[in-house]
Amino acid sequence: MVQLADPIMRLSKRKANQTNFIQKTAIAIAILLFASAFFAPLIVPFDPLDQSLLSRLRPPLGFERFAVGHWAGTDELGRDVLSRALHGMRLTLSLAFAGAVIGLLIGGTLGLIAGLRQGWAEDAIMSLVDMQIAIPFTLVALLILSLMGSSLTVLVMVLGIAGWEQYARIVRAEVRRLSALPFIEAAWTAGAGPIYIAWRHVLPNLISPLVVQFTLALSNIVILESTLSFLGLGVQPPQPSLGSMVGLGRDYMPTAPWIVLVPAALIMALTFSVQILGDWLRDRADVRLRDR
Amino acid sequence: MIPYLARVVVKSVVTLFAIFTVTFIATRLSGNPIDTFLGEGLTTEGREELIRYFQLDASLWQQYLAFLRGAMSGEFGLSFIDRRPVTQVVGDRLWASGQLLLASVGLTVLVAIPLGVLGAIYRKSWVGSAVMMIAFAGYAMPSFILSILMVLTFSYWLNWLPVVGNSTLLHFIMPTIAMSGVLVAALTRFTRNAMLDALGQDFIRTARAKGLRESRVVLRHGLGNAGVTVISVIGLQVAGLAAAGSVVVENIFSWPGIGQLLVNSALERDYPVLQFGVITVAIAVVVINAITDIAYAFADPRIRLAHS
Repeated sequence: MVQLADPIMRLSKRKANQTNFIQKTAIAIAILLFASAFFAPLIVPFDPLDQSLLSRLRPPLGFERFAVGHWAGTDELGRDVLSRALHGMRLTLSLAFAGAVIGLLIGGTLGLIAGLRQGWAEDAIMSLVDMQIAIPFTLVALLILSLMGSSLTVLVMVLGIAGWEQYARIVRAEVRRLSALPFIEAAWTAGAGPIYIAWRHVLPNLISPLVVQFTLALSNIVILESTLSFLGLGVQPPQPSLGSMVGLGRDYMPTAPWIVLVPAALIMALTFSVQILGDWLRDRADVRLRDR
Repeated sequence: MIPYLARVVVKSVVTLFAIFTVTFIATRLSGNPIDTFLGEGLTTEGREELIRYFQLDASLWQQYLAFLRGAMSGEFGLSFIDRRPVTQVVGDRLWASGQLLLASVGLTVLVAIPLGVLGAIYRKSWVGSAVMMIAFAGYAMPSFILSILMVLTFSYWLNWLPVVGNSTLLHFIMPTIAMSGVLVAALTRFTRNAMLDALGQDFIRTARAKGLRESRVVLRHGLGNAGVTVISVIGLQVAGLAAAGSVVVENIFSWPGIGQLLVNSALERDYPVLQFGVITVAIAVVVINAITDIAYAFADPRIRLAHS
């Protein structure tokens, strides 16, 4: 079988535990986005569902016909674009967190079993992983969402099983690497039981690779969720999500591009900053990368 | 060699089997297939008759066997909307998707391999950093955002390119670039890493020591050896990524391919078409993966000459 480990990618060649300007900016942006999503109901000036047919399709600040208060303009039903975008980001991030946690629980458990119990259990789990990698997940998501309906519960489950195989691979590889190390052997010799060793010696070593994978998964799930919502199969209107705002705003692009551009900019800011954050965490977590 | 090939074949067959099973379970989970597939406008007697005809009163296990038997003989049912066999509905779309796929893979190879090589050679200068920035951006940028931004700029604002359809060469530009974004990112990263590995080997030092020109060292000895990995990535990663990308890109640019068909049938709940479309794409990906694995085995003497 061709073995293709995910290649290690670094934005620059600085030493591992330095933080450069791009990374600092990205982390600041990520914190800002997370905070504004969390506090969205307190910050935003308007209800995201409130329609106002008198101020439809108003442009953002700085353009003619700007309506005071609607800093990022209004959409075709007079709803405030900024309020919708922040609420949408809140929903997108909540879904992404829930999905990433589900993926972590499924993948982590299966990876742990595969790493500790060699034999048929490992073979079965790893062939599941291979299958998940072989089948393009977007198609599975389309099938499930179309058959079971696009409720938020189904959506969270779909996002959860989207990335479990990465956790399983990482956990299995780490567990196998660790079990061969002298300190684990020493613990066995000292009379420690399997549960104690797993909890006390294996798990603490798994935390940093898992945190890194969690961050990267978060960004991937944001992309998947916005893509599905963009296609009309994710979050359903009138509830705003960043992806569906872009999808529904497409019809107004020639005359009112801000309806699309505001959520699109937020999605990009989110995926870029979270990816850089994950990259930064990986640099700090993994000493093996220092010379790459 | 032979055990390796056998493993590849067994794995592909198992994966295909799993795909069939998953689609069967998924369609049965959502309720009685008669009600979901044929839906409204059915009398009670008609419904009874159909249930008997399709043997839906049989056990789930017998239904599953019947489903597999139908799949083997190419019977996947009729489209809910077109009233044509789904094999025809999907078949009509193959060529458009194939064209877009070929164009995107071509563009990806032309862009990503030189970028990856440059990134590896100049990894300590700004060129290397720029290459990594491009790879990074392509990876973090969802393809629908890339498409939307291109449409806004080149169609609505500059009025240069057409948005809808696939009739002329101009129509290919934006969808091809949109599809290639993620692919370029993935392939650039793999090429760069494969080149870094190859250029760190002893035979590169030997090649330099015997006085070869640098271009020959890098291209013949470096890329020649990294090439095996790179080609396998094109097969393994690109097939899956392109399948996912085409769903989005074909939808945005109204490209009459399978990706657009899948989204439309998912939205219109045309389950037979959706089911067969997913199976078709999954089979394509699995087959491409298997071919890549086998080609890799022939290209790599360590596998080709291995004994069991």
